[in-house]
Amino acid sequence: MSEHQMNGAEALILSLEKIGIDVAFGIPGGAAIPLYDALYKVRKKMKFVLVRHEQGAAHMADGYARATGKPAAVLVTSGPGAGNTVTGIMTAYMDSVPMIVITGQSVRSMLGKDGFQEADIFNLTMPIVKHSYLVKDANDIPRVLREAYHIATTGRPGPVLIDVPKDVGMEPCITGLDAEMNLPGYHPQSKGYTPETLHQIATALVASRRPVIVAGHGAVISRAEEELLTLAETMQIPVTSTLLGKGVFPDSHPLSLEGLGMHGTAYANRALVECDLMMSVGARLDDRILGVPSMFCRNAVKIHIDIDPAEFGKLVKPEIRCQGDAKTVLQDLLPLLQKGDTEDWCKTVAGYKKKWPLSFAKKGGLHSPQVIDALSKLTEGQAIIATDVGQHQMWAWQFYKCDKPWQFISSGGAGTMGFGLPAAIGAQFGRPDEAVVAIVGDGGFQMTMSELATAAIHKLPIKIFLMNNHYLGMVRQWQDMFYDERYSGVDLEGNPDFVQLAKAFGILGLNLKRAADIPKVLKRAMEHSGPVLVNVEVVKHEEVYPMVPPGKPLEDTVLGHPKKKKGRPAGRRSAKSAASTGELGDKT
Amino acid sequence: MTTTLATHNLSIFVANRPGALVRIAQAFSRRGFNIESLVVSPGTTEDFSRMTITAKGDRAGLEQIIMQCSKLVDIMACREHSDEEVVARELALVKVAVNSEQRGNVLQIADHFRAKTVDLTETSMVLEATGGSQKIDAMVELLRKFKIVELVRTGKVIMARGEGET
Repeated sequence: MSEHQMNGAEALILSLEKIGIDVAFGIPGGAAIPLYDALYKVRKKMKFVLVRHEQGAAHMADGYARATGKPAAVLVTSGPGAGNTVTGIMTAYMDSVPMIVITGQSVRSMLGKDGFQEADIFNLTMPIVKHSYLVKDANDIPRVLREAYHIATTGRPGPVLIDVPKDVGMEPCITGLDAEMNLPGYHPQSKGYTPETLHQIATALVASRRPVIVAGHGAVISRAEEELLTLAETMQIPVTSTLLGKGVFPDSHPLSLEGLGMHGTAYANRALVECDLMMSVGARLDDRILGVPSMFCRNAVKIHIDIDPAEFGKLVKPEIRCQGDAKTVLQDLLPLLQKGDTEDWCKTVAGYKKKWPLSFAKKGGLHSPQVIDALSKLTEGQAIIATDVGQHQMWAWQFYKCDKPWQFISSGGAGTMGFGLPAAIGAQFGRPDEAVVAIVGDGGFQMTMSELATAAIHKLPIKIFLMNNHYLGMVRQWQDMFYDERYSGVDLEGNPDFVQLAKAFGILGLNLKRAADIPKVLKRAMEHSGPVLVNVEVVKHEEVYPMVPPGKPLEDTVLGHPKKKKGRPAGRRSAKSAASTGELGDKT
Repeated sequence: MTTTLATHNLSIFVANRPGALVRIAQAFSRRGFNIESLVVSPGTTEDFSRMTITAKGDRAGLEQIIMQCSKLVDIMACREHSDEEVVARELALVKVAVNSEQRGNVLQIADHFRAKTVDLTETSMVLEATGGSQKIDAMVELLRKFKIVELVRTGKVIMARGEGET
């Protein structure tokens, strides 16, 4: 078909292919039929995946992007179709994930008249997109698509929404696909710093005796892992990584402190309490890692490197702020550095790693950390992990050991339950030849489990480990610790038989109920060629530790539950006092 | 306890695109800032608009808003200006109910503030005043002893003095 005969919808599909979108996830509907007709008529190489719920489509595009670094498209209809993507868009926005969301819309003459399936999605999503468009003229489509891709993928990445009225899709588009971008106000800077700033950082690093680096998602996105490793090794600086930064510094490295913050390691939190310099590389220093923001590293020089200057001073006031792309900054910084005097500090920190290792129970039933630890060892830390949100997520962060970035996919900022399964599906589409494992809880899984159909239809070999404690475990943990055991709305009585459920979708379902069966069941699951769901019957009551109780500084990291009282299951009322015990606060 | 929050002048230069105003307004409302006045007008070409916003709030919150606004795709520049750096003007129309006896007194006030009479009837008059916001406040205050029927103010517009960019 010559470009001159195309309509707006066809221009949109062709533009998606032209800008390099490899896969679109979605569900059609009335206002999106022209788009889907164009998909039928002009699509060449872009894959289309029909999902079961639009939220799933957005999370799949999200998982795809977090596994590959490339955005995928979401293609949905107006009104409820668009509305269902809101949680997915917000999830991507909070975690700086690129995504192109295309929503059908009522015809132009009906806009604002409350027609069937009309929702003002342009305004509804405004606070949760990096940018958005309501296309009023088919001739704008090629330009808008190019701009959307550029905006989504440069600077601090994020989702871009394009709302397309049905009749815009049906009218001719005569401009051709090579439209120029017109973005006079958009100039993302990868080097917003001066040589003086670099010298200040270098001087502070060299002078520091007890430095710690906090590596975040920005370091992953800018692919700064090599520079980070060189920096840490050259200067002998311990590195802790955020949930979304996991793997950007190898978990197995002697200088690695692994995670920090609310459920970080005790040694990372202790190191942050004692450090004299904290350098954040692409982390936005959010409330889940700070403890009490005003007390975070309060005696240390704080250096904040971020591509987004709006992050500076949001919660933590840094002494040195450096606006730039993490990789570029580190590349420019490395020649200025020399080995610092951190030998004593590294010994101290290594001592903390020995003193307060991450640990988990192995007796009295099956425990999630135990299964995740076995999975980590069986897959040699090579699987792509997608988690849901809750206790299992924190345990996956703690016990699945990764040495590479782009391998641990988790909803951090938004904390979106229901993310895990569709994100794993998206990741598998992005990296079809690698093992993808979804670690989910019984609560979150049931929010998007209809996507089992998507996994089954496409024969995606994802392995779903469902940590089934028949509870909304993280909320229950808080109710346990801070609400005097008033368990309100957390008992998931009425869970289905998940193995039967898997079978109903044509997926292999396995039960794992005893610790002795872990090797056998894990092996069977990982060796199966198609999708597998493993229902892991874990103990009902178990808490995630270490934990910094809400409203407490990192000094107050609690290592574990107080000893079990007679006649009371572990983790009951006595826990209240645990929350106020500053175990790390007492220097020993 | 109430603290007096400073009023801040912001000037925003923005590409003339749908939704730009809403995005900016959201940056304020999400952080609990109250916009006191907002003026949107065409820039030097029709592709761009100039917004002048005055808002009350704390310093840290304002810095966040400036950074969040600067980050918006359609925004060219977002700057805060102190009163000293800029020429600031505002226009007010005041409709006062006056009879023939009171008219002279009102005209005297208008004359003092260099306000113009732009409408006059047996029972009312409309004054037009321009100047700094404080001058207009002062005139309105004096007119209150008569009956102010309606009051419309444009809100402050500002321009940087000399070589400074607005």
